[in-house]
Amino acid sequence: MSTVPSRPTETFDAPRTGNAVLGKSVIVKGQILSREDLTIDGEVEGTVEMQEHRLTIGPNGKVRASVKAREVVVLGTLHGNVETGDRIDIRKEAKLVGDIRTARIVIEDGAYFKGNVDIVRAEVPRPAAAAPAVTPASAPRPQAPGVSPAASPAMAAGAGEIKR
Amino acid sequence: MLVERPGLTLLDLAGASQSTVAFLTNHGHRIYSDDLLLQMDRCFGDGDFYENQSDPQKVAQFLDTALDYPAQHFDGALVWDTLEFLSGPLLETVVRRLNHMLRPGSYMLALFHSEERAETIPTYSYRISDRKTITLAPRGRRRPAQFFNNRSLEKLFSDFESVKFFLTRDHLREVIVRR
Repeated sequence: MSTVPSRPTETFDAPRTGNAVLGKSVIVKGQILSREDLTIDGEVEGTVEMQEHRLTIGPNGKVRASVKAREVVVLGTLHGNVETGDRIDIRKEAKLVGDIRTARIVIEDGAYFKGNVDIVRAEVPRPAAAAPAVTPASAPRPQAPGVSPAASPAMAAGAGEIKR
Repeated sequence: MLVERPGLTLLDLAGASQSTVAFLTNHGHRIYSDDLLLQMDRCFGDGDFYENQSDPQKVAQFLDTALDYPAQHFDGALVWDTLEFLSGPLLETVVRRLNHMLRPGSYMLALFHSEERAETIPTYSYRISDRKTITLAPRGRRRPAQFFNNRSLEKLFSDFESVKFFLTRDHLREVIVRR
């Protein structure tokens, strides 16, 4: 006899928030600004901006636009420059021609990509060289076990800010 | 060079791969990626591959789509084995373009099969895994345009400052030319 509580049945329809779809018979020319995740499986020409959300270009999608999004997944065709805050996935069979500026990139085998890849690293807080000067030797900072001040950029950065 | 000078702009003509992009960008470089073999197939693949390379319209289309880069734009180029599949005059034009796109002092890597009597040679997608490892993903076999020996390679890259040859165990001539 199982004592594991039964999972709720799949009949419950969760509200589908934040997932707009442009179907494969839809053609859009102009500017798309989206405040929710968007899937494009039709044709788009212009610009697509959705800085906080994910854009998916479906297998039938043909996008000729500059794209700015948090995350981009390409399964179809994209001609244009792409800027993502987080990552871009270029899936098998996808075609992307344009320059990419992103923090992370995934290119599957079989994808075609022509363009420039510019990886934008998240800025690491600068270790403050003057940190020891503002921390009296007689009053050591409380430390987490196993973390030395030198190994903790967050603490070092904090010390730098204090000085300012 | 890759380790000592971050921030280089590099051209990779093997087709985009996750490992090469990761390797080069992790060293702080920018990578420009294209698949030159695929571009050749698109422009010359319909009919006789080498005969089409003397069709001025097809040649112009190829140069415009595959090699239209500004002068002295790159600090290095990885052309791998792609030059083996370009016939006479187009090959010279492409090498001139590569020379034009590279900055003085930059390097270009090319590979040439050293088997003189081979009718067809294997083609690969070349992927850099780490400093010492290149992974070869097979892409079938092709008839090369011509056989290259050291003398013909020196002539081909005569506009470059220097040419160095390395014969590998896999019947490949590794050629590093300096712009």
